[in-house]
Amino acid sequence: MGSNSSESGATFALPEGFQDFTRDWSADKQTFQVPWGKAMMWIFLLSDTFIFACFLTSYMNVRMSTRVPWPNPSEVFALSFGGDPIPLILIAIMTFILITSSGTMALAVNYGYRQDRAKTAALMFITAAFGATFVGMQAFEWVKLIVEEGVRPWGNPMGAAQFGSSFFMITGFHGAHVSIGVIYLSVVALKVLKGDYEASGNYEIVEITGLYWHFVDLVWVFIFAFFYLW
Amino acid sequence: MAYVAIADRDTHPHNPDTFITKYIWSQDHKVIAIQYAITAIFVGVIALVLSLLFRLQLGFPDSFSLVAPNEYYQYVTMHGMIMVIYLLTALFLGGFGNYLIPLMCGARDMVFPYMNMLSFWVYLLSVIVLLASFFVPGGPTGAGWTLYPPQSISEGTPGASAGIVLMLLSLIIFIAAFTMGGLNYVTTVLQARTRGMTLMRMPLSVWGIFVATILGLLAFPALLVASVMLLLDRVIGTSFFMPEMLSMGANIDYGGGSPILFQHLFWFFGHPEVYIVALPAFGIVSDILSVHARKSIFGYRMMVWAIVAIGALSFVVWAHHMYVSGMNPYFGFFFATTTLIIAVPTALKVYNWILTLWRGDIHLRVPMLFAIGFLFTFIHGGLTGLFLGNVTVDLPLSDTYFVVGHFHMVMGVSPVLVIFAAIYHWFPKITGRMFHEGLGKLHFWLTLLGTYSIYLPMHYLGILGLPRRYYAYGDTDFIPESAHVMNAGITVAALLVAAAQSLFFINMIWSLFKGKKAGHNPWGATTLEWQTPDTPPKHGNWGHNLPEVHRWPYDYSVPGEKEDFIPQTEPARMSAIPNREHAHSTK
Repeated sequence: MGSNSSESGATFALPEGFQDFTRDWSADKQTFQVPWGKAMMWIFLLSDTFIFACFLTSYMNVRMSTRVPWPNPSEVFALSFGGDPIPLILIAIMTFILITSSGTMALAVNYGYRQDRAKTAALMFITAAFGATFVGMQAFEWVKLIVEEGVRPWGNPMGAAQFGSSFFMITGFHGAHVSIGVIYLSVVALKVLKGDYEASGNYEIVEITGLYWHFVDLVWVFIFAFFYLW
Repeated sequence: MAYVAIADRDTHPHNPDTFITKYIWSQDHKVIAIQYAITAIFVGVIALVLSLLFRLQLGFPDSFSLVAPNEYYQYVTMHGMIMVIYLLTALFLGGFGNYLIPLMCGARDMVFPYMNMLSFWVYLLSVIVLLASFFVPGGPTGAGWTLYPPQSISEGTPGASAGIVLMLLSLIIFIAAFTMGGLNYVTTVLQARTRGMTLMRMPLSVWGIFVATILGLLAFPALLVASVMLLLDRVIGTSFFMPEMLSMGANIDYGGGSPILFQHLFWFFGHPEVYIVALPAFGIVSDILSVHARKSIFGYRMMVWAIVAIGALSFVVWAHHMYVSGMNPYFGFFFATTTLIIAVPTALKVYNWILTLWRGDIHLRVPMLFAIGFLFTFIHGGLTGLFLGNVTVDLPLSDTYFVVGHFHMVMGVSPVLVIFAAIYHWFPKITGRMFHEGLGKLHFWLTLLGTYSIYLPMHYLGILGLPRRYYAYGDTDFIPESAHVMNAGITVAALLVAAAQSLFFINMIWSLFKGKKAGHNPWGATTLEWQTPDTPPKHGNWGHNLPEVHRWPYDYSVPGEKEDFIPQTEPARMSAIPNREHAHSTK
């Protein structure tokens, strides 16, 4: 607090981590030593976390409230290649793709800070392509469920109606997030390629986009655990 | 490249010059604030008129045939929803939040002005969708403002076909608008303060709005999810909230859902919502009391921590709205406890307000009158809140007029009084002119006494057991004749209070054109918004140089000073008497 800090700081010493913490929070101008866009994205993601938490909690609640047995996800989400059905194989591949895309995104951020425009843009496009593949496979899964298994949002032949309702709602909401992320990534990648950020030399936006992308991936892990594995 | 804090950048405000960029598609936080405020007040007036219509029905059930039973429920529902969300939330955060945060923190604008502009236009869209429900077949939803399923989407409820769909869509759009604005408010407070403006030098108004916005960003998701799921139940026939049941003697198509889940989601939003409205009111009232009592706020740090504590606690009290819902009774024990704990920081604030007034140099100007009026209505509403927070007392009082009286006192009248206080207080800064003092005082007395004569009798009616949400009571044995007389009296008072509000509008419009020139700081206030180079402030707020802050915002009547206030921009001086902030921060 300006002139007072030297006087009050002398009374007792805080552990080092806490010193930085209190210094940030008692500072003027800004609380976090980051660009405002990054702070804003973190706050948005916190809010979005609450949305997904509410969706998942609601899903668990209806799963317990319904009196009809819940379909077995291992069987519903199995694919057969030639002979025996392999449980959750498609979801496993989708999860693998999405997590790989987090890796390429992290590399993009790295090259962004080195101001390597070509590599940054290329890695972002690869990330977006992984995302698009994920959405495509999800569409395939939806079609298979609707056409072959007869699952509808209001009912299905395997058991509780809430199975389909929750599935389409939660994966739909997450899929929308991935789709928005693909668009967002592509727009930023194009701007990187065109050199829009050369003037300022500031490639924070790549990291901000990355924050969103990693968040979407992380949420998928929870959906995977709570919906498919439970 | 190192990142430069916003306050350290050499930015020059650009001034948009065409009418459209200046007033319509404006990215100036002050214009957006006024757009928000006007829209919110406009829908608020609609909600007020609706309340008069159903009050006429309640007061004189045999004399008027203005309102049919279906319409009664629709008007009650729309009145509640509009007042809570589209008026109070939008006006406190979109209106005052937008206007005050950058000015009080010493910023040129919100950090992301384009998204801020978008926030208003999306809010306007949500209002249009909401009002459109009056014109669809079946009319707006009549499910009560809490929209509980299964009733809200079941056949027989007014507006269950189209009205509820528009209502839910409108809520979803509103939440999108709020999120865009809210991210701006929080990020601006955190990252765009001026030199010298530490968090603990922010005026309490900013603290209240800041914490309320965080609550909004964490609570509205629950409403969003509830709305999406209810919409899916209604439109494509899922059964998230719909149990197996009979309707009109036949099995409905739904089954297996959980109606209580909706209540949990709704109130997980709904209770923080009370504080989304209350915390900005707390903050604003603190500032107004301090300015007009010419005295520093009592216990600034405790006031800040009380706001933060109330904000945190507000997330663990929601099920006190659900004591009669059939949830596990042990929950009642937990939620009653947390509810009563939240009274501690709240009472602390009330004591601090009273101690701020204690031996102050009180100027009973219009904003001050409204602020003091708030203390009365808020203490009143807070005390009845203690009744309803206890499970055993709540059970008989639930769904009676006691509840209506309580929440209109604490959540209706109290914030509205603060809104009036704030509008009168900042009117000279917003317009550069003074309002008419006499008209303002008349407006205050009619409003305060009028609202007391509306809501005080409701507590009595509630204790008699008069149920709420009834279209007409007829000849019911347990309801004495006097209750009907009282109901008629309440209606008359409501009509008078509504008529008195025209004084406010006349005053505002007349003063906007004919009011006395206000000067840049008519109240002698210390905070930054009164130190702008222009009044009303121009786009960019501060001219060429951002202000620099040297002290806390409550240096009033400092002993040994010529003036009875020291603006926050005034550099610290060496004097015999240590300044108060100093005394506070070095324990």
